[in-house]
Amino acid sequence: MYQEVILDHYKHPHGRGLRDGDAEVHHVNPTCGDEITLRVKYDGEQITDISYEGQGCSISQASASVLNDLLVGKELSEARKIQETFLELMQSKGRIEPDDDMEEVLEDAVAFAGVSKYPARVKCALLSWMAWKDATAQALGGAEAERKTA
Amino acid sequence: MTQLPGLLDTEAIRKDFPILDRTVHDGRKLVYLDNAATSQKPRQVLDALNEYYERYNANVHRGVHVLAEEATALYEGARDKVAAFINAPSRDEVIFTKNASESLNLVANMLGWADEPYRVDHETEIVITEMEHHSNIVPWQLLSQRTGAKLKWFGLTDDGRLDLSNIDEIITEKTKIVSFVLVSNILGTVNPVEKIVRRAQEVGALVLIDASQAAPHMPLDVQALQADFVAFTGHKMCGPTGIGVLWGRQELLEDLPPFLGGGEMIETVSMHSSTYAPAPHKFEAGTPPIAQAVGLGAAIDYLSAIGMDKILAHEHALTEYAVKRLLDVPDLKIIGPTTAEDRGAAISFTLGDIHPHDVGQVLDEEGIAVRVGHHCARPVCLRYGIPATTRASFYLYSTPAEIDALVDGLEHVRNFFG
Repeated sequence: MYQEVILDHYKHPHGRGLRDGDAEVHHVNPTCGDEITLRVKYDGEQITDISYEGQGCSISQASASVLNDLLVGKELSEARKIQETFLELMQSKGRIEPDDDMEEVLEDAVAFAGVSKYPARVKCALLSWMAWKDATAQALGGAEAERKTA
Repeated sequence: MTQLPGLLDTEAIRKDFPILDRTVHDGRKLVYLDNAATSQKPRQVLDALNEYYERYNANVHRGVHVLAEEATALYEGARDKVAAFINAPSRDEVIFTKNASESLNLVANMLGWADEPYRVDHETEIVITEMEHHSNIVPWQLLSQRTGAKLKWFGLTDDGRLDLSNIDEIITEKTKIVSFVLVSNILGTVNPVEKIVRRAQEVGALVLIDASQAAPHMPLDVQALQADFVAFTGHKMCGPTGIGVLWGRQELLEDLPPFLGGGEMIETVSMHSSTYAPAPHKFEAGTPPIAQAVGLGAAIDYLSAIGMDKILAHEHALTEYAVKRLLDVPDLKIIGPTTAEDRGAAISFTLGDIHPHDVGQVLDEEGIAVRVGHHCARPVCLRYGIPATTRASFYLYSTPAEIDALVDGLEHVRNFFG
């Protein structure tokens, strides 16, 4: 379960720390107390930054780091595809062996495939991804509302 | 192998527990250190459960056929065993529930519906402690919300003990009930019962003791405790799940109203009203957990044959050894008393910044089962400013070698995440 990639991201997280954003969310995993505060920054539909602070297990912290790596700079539609693929992998209960196509989409995130075998830990891996989804809805929902009133 | 004074013959005892021979994760020997969550079951208990279903199964207290009578005798025989085990003055003071949570909720509901002088209402106060299991917090929060009674609690000292410095302000003339844990499931602390009971008696408050982590590990004498109610569960003391106990003083059980209504708890029923059976049946509505009670009886026989004082001595020796060895692990901090004095065999700790879930997962890969999380005692984690702990807890079959395996495992965890 603890792939070298995961431990690397845990020990040396990418993009950690809170920076300016369009929306901020705070998500917790009540079963183990993992927490994340996450902000997203958009330029139109392009993600210009995902910043975060959190505490929790290596899986939840490494996953946030991988999320930052994968999604910053992407267009929303592409980011959604990556998020959905990661969700599918994490909900696979260990039954999906990532193939080349999946690896191309998920890059480092395929290292979490082993985590999907541990139901208690899947939520840890998904915490930051759910937070990102929520923050995005708030940021773009808000932006759309602003456009309408303008 | 490490020899400590006071240890039981674990080699013989472990032969009674088939599961302890199991291997996990490709042939690793199971090191089961999650006994505060639930204990393993000896062959004697498993056999009693099987035998009950194979030979005696019937519903109790009804029917005149042989099986019904034998099943009733076994069920009521289990009540006798519990009564003797806790030195209850009367077998009628032993109520079977499904677990300790139900026992605690039962008392909260008895008091919520009671008449004077027991009634809990907006002019009265309820006292608990900050080290309670959620099962001894939430029922009182519910009662407080429903009646308007004020909920108060004892705080904790930095070394994991109850802060009783303000006992006279916490327990007052307004206090109706003081409910506290005898041995903490997260800190391991053994609480000073006498001091709290004496103050409660001064003001005429009832006392409920949660003995879930005590009954499995030490002699339990409800008369010596001088409490009004004592709650515990069967599955932590070698019994099956689904069976708990509430002991209550007879005159209270006579006065207090029932909570659950149904079959078995009545005397006569008309469409307008009913009268109730005497305790304990008044509090046992519906078909009870019969096989489970029989299994608990077998567990009590098993533990009594070994001797609760000997089990206590065994666990004390293990705890002393474990505390000493754990404190030598770099970055390890015990959450709770750091000596074996007035301390049970559940030891919570943090390991540097490594999250308990990671600690538990890496230990699991080595075959070592510990509990991680807030142990249904989240206020304790908040009090000490930690998200969670790793907890190792021992029982009569635990060995110094298993503690050595834990310490080696923790070393591995540190290297892994270091």
